[in-house]
Amino acid sequence: MADSRGMVSEALTISSHRQGQPIPKILLMGLRRCGKSSICQVMFHNMQPLDTLYIESTSRPAATVFSSFIDFEVVELPGQTNVTDGWNDDIEKLFIESGALIYVIDSQDEYINSLANLHSIIIHAVQINPQINIEVFIHKVDDLSEDFRLDAQRDITQRVTDELLDDGLLNVPLSFHLTSIFDHSVYEAFSRVVQKKLPQLATLENLLNVVCQHSGIEKAFLFDIKSKIFVATDSSPMDVPTYEICTDFIDITVDMNSLYKIDSQDQNAGAKNTGDDYEPYSSGQEGGKKESKPIGSTTRLSNGLIVHLQQMVKGLALVCLMRKESMPKIALVEYNIEFFRNALEQLQQLA
Amino acid sequence: MAGTARRKLLLMGRSGSGKSSMRSIIFSNYSAFDTRRLGATIDVEHQNLRFLGNMTLSLWDCGGQDAYMDNYFSSQRDNIFQMVEALIFVFDVESKELRKDIETFVLCLRNLYEFSPSARIFALVHKMDLVVVEKRQDVYRALMHSLEDTSAMFSFKVQGFATTIWDESLYKAWSNIVCSLIPNVGIYQKHLQTFAEISEVDEVILFEKTTFLVLSHVTSSKSPGFESDSTRFEKISNIIKQFKQSCNKLRSQFQSLSLRGSDCSAYLDSMTASTMIMVVMANKLVTTGTGSEEAESGVVDLLENDDPFSGEAENNIILANIKIARKMFEKIEHMSLDG
Repeated sequence: MADSRGMVSEALTISSHRQGQPIPKILLMGLRRCGKSSICQVMFHNMQPLDTLYIESTSRPAATVFSSFIDFEVVELPGQTNVTDGWNDDIEKLFIESGALIYVIDSQDEYINSLANLHSIIIHAVQINPQINIEVFIHKVDDLSEDFRLDAQRDITQRVTDELLDDGLLNVPLSFHLTSIFDHSVYEAFSRVVQKKLPQLATLENLLNVVCQHSGIEKAFLFDIKSKIFVATDSSPMDVPTYEICTDFIDITVDMNSLYKIDSQDQNAGAKNTGDDYEPYSSGQEGGKKESKPIGSTTRLSNGLIVHLQQMVKGLALVCLMRKESMPKIALVEYNIEFFRNALEQLQQLA
Repeated sequence: MAGTARRKLLLMGRSGSGKSSMRSIIFSNYSAFDTRRLGATIDVEHQNLRFLGNMTLSLWDCGGQDAYMDNYFSSQRDNIFQMVEALIFVFDVESKELRKDIETFVLCLRNLYEFSPSARIFALVHKMDLVVVEKRQDVYRALMHSLEDTSAMFSFKVQGFATTIWDESLYKAWSNIVCSLIPNVGIYQKHLQTFAEISEVDEVILFEKTTFLVLSHVTSSKSPGFESDSTRFEKISNIIKQFKQSCNKLRSQFQSLSLRGSDCSAYLDSMTASTMIMVVMANKLVTTGTGSEEAESGVVDLLENDDPFSGEAENNIILANIKIARKMFEKIEHMSLDG
């Protein structure tokens, strides 16, 4: 059995720092084989969901830096780490630096043990850092029927809150998400987690609302292209199918773009073209390499829906849904979006 | 029977080799993941598909269990093997009884030799994803070698493909199979070539609309290095097919796509009722239209220009060119297949 104290200090040492300031962390925890590594691989390393079957069990803490509109770091702790075992400065530091704690529960397994583990983690985490958001991912729901999913969510929510109530903890920032790596739910849940930690969220939503109102856009998302996390959306109601079509559209745009990339100097780039070599559009700081043109794409569907994508700053893309009536005015829409891009740039400089 | 041509395709192979899976992916818009749901095929499943206007593909998906197989080669013999245009024999690369599979293959050839000696033979070495990447070529070569020898005995020429449902190799195989059945594929190619030259674009690809199989493609000799990836056509088939599935979830259909990529622009739009065209242009050669129409071809000519803001004009010109070319391609599609 690995020494969990050692693990925690390792988790601290692998973490990246930027200008002396630690990057905000998102902790990913859960019992063994609950799917933590799979989530990380699928979200941040473009792994196919089916390939996650072959992932080896994680024995060391692993960290992935996610760099987008804001930077944060996802730190995955192996399932056998016992943070409640003894008190030390490292655990305290880890919890203080983390803005959110994602706890993954395998819904296809008996989850009583997970709940006990979660309970002790919450008690500890909240004592150290009362601001920490506890996000529970009820994971692997792809095999459960719709009714069963809701039952599981209700049951888990009930048990967790009851136990916390018994301990007199009333205002724990706790939320529950049903997730699966085989559909878009894990992206959506992760997006929600990130958004809570985004200080500019209100500004972004406001900006998106303005763009939507003035351009005949029904729904707009600001996506991080690489991970397909959405950083913000306008305040109109969101349904799952429209979100799905937007993420799929990002996929095909990136894939098609990488098929038709001209790289005269790099011959072997064609060997792997699944979007891994995709570099987020950086605002011209890359030395030597010519600033590449931001990509954009538009698709029309038979029911009159138009999906329009335009690349923004720092690997972000604006994906918006319009009706076909707006198609003749697409140039105006693009003009408006240009203003939105400027606003984003200003926001980024402030940050 | 003027204009309607029925092409019979036999889909054979041992039980569980993946015949119905690939059929569902190519012709019924299944995703690779959905094929888990498919059960065993009972006897022969017929599927008639309209393909390119007046051609009908009649697909005979023959269940591969031994009991049915014995039937095909005895009582149903003449029914199955008559008027066959193409035999698609699927080999499971993981099969434990390869010898038996080859025996069945030989039996098929023997019957075809008797009933439809002009049939084309395709061998798909399927489930390649289960083989380690380095070994794939060797495994495929070894099997194909023995198949070529056996089919030579019946004076058939076998064409082989290594496939898997998990990547674009399936589209490459089927695109080749289907193209070999279309009599006027050469005419498509010729006109596509002309279209590419007149519009001065770097690449044009013609797809069939429902299956998104590549019918024909032309790459300009001046095109700037797309050659790095020779499988890009099948990849596009695969990418768009997946997007079509997500459109279906919205109860809608995919119509067109325009992409302004970092190096190239691409437009994908429907050409005729059953085809779609994709036009690719490199960004370096920014062109604008002169507005003058060439009387002979009816296609707008393009002049080179360095104006970086002409993207919009370029966009519209390509769309106009596609629109004009549409009539021509419709004519080809409706040409009598026999004449």
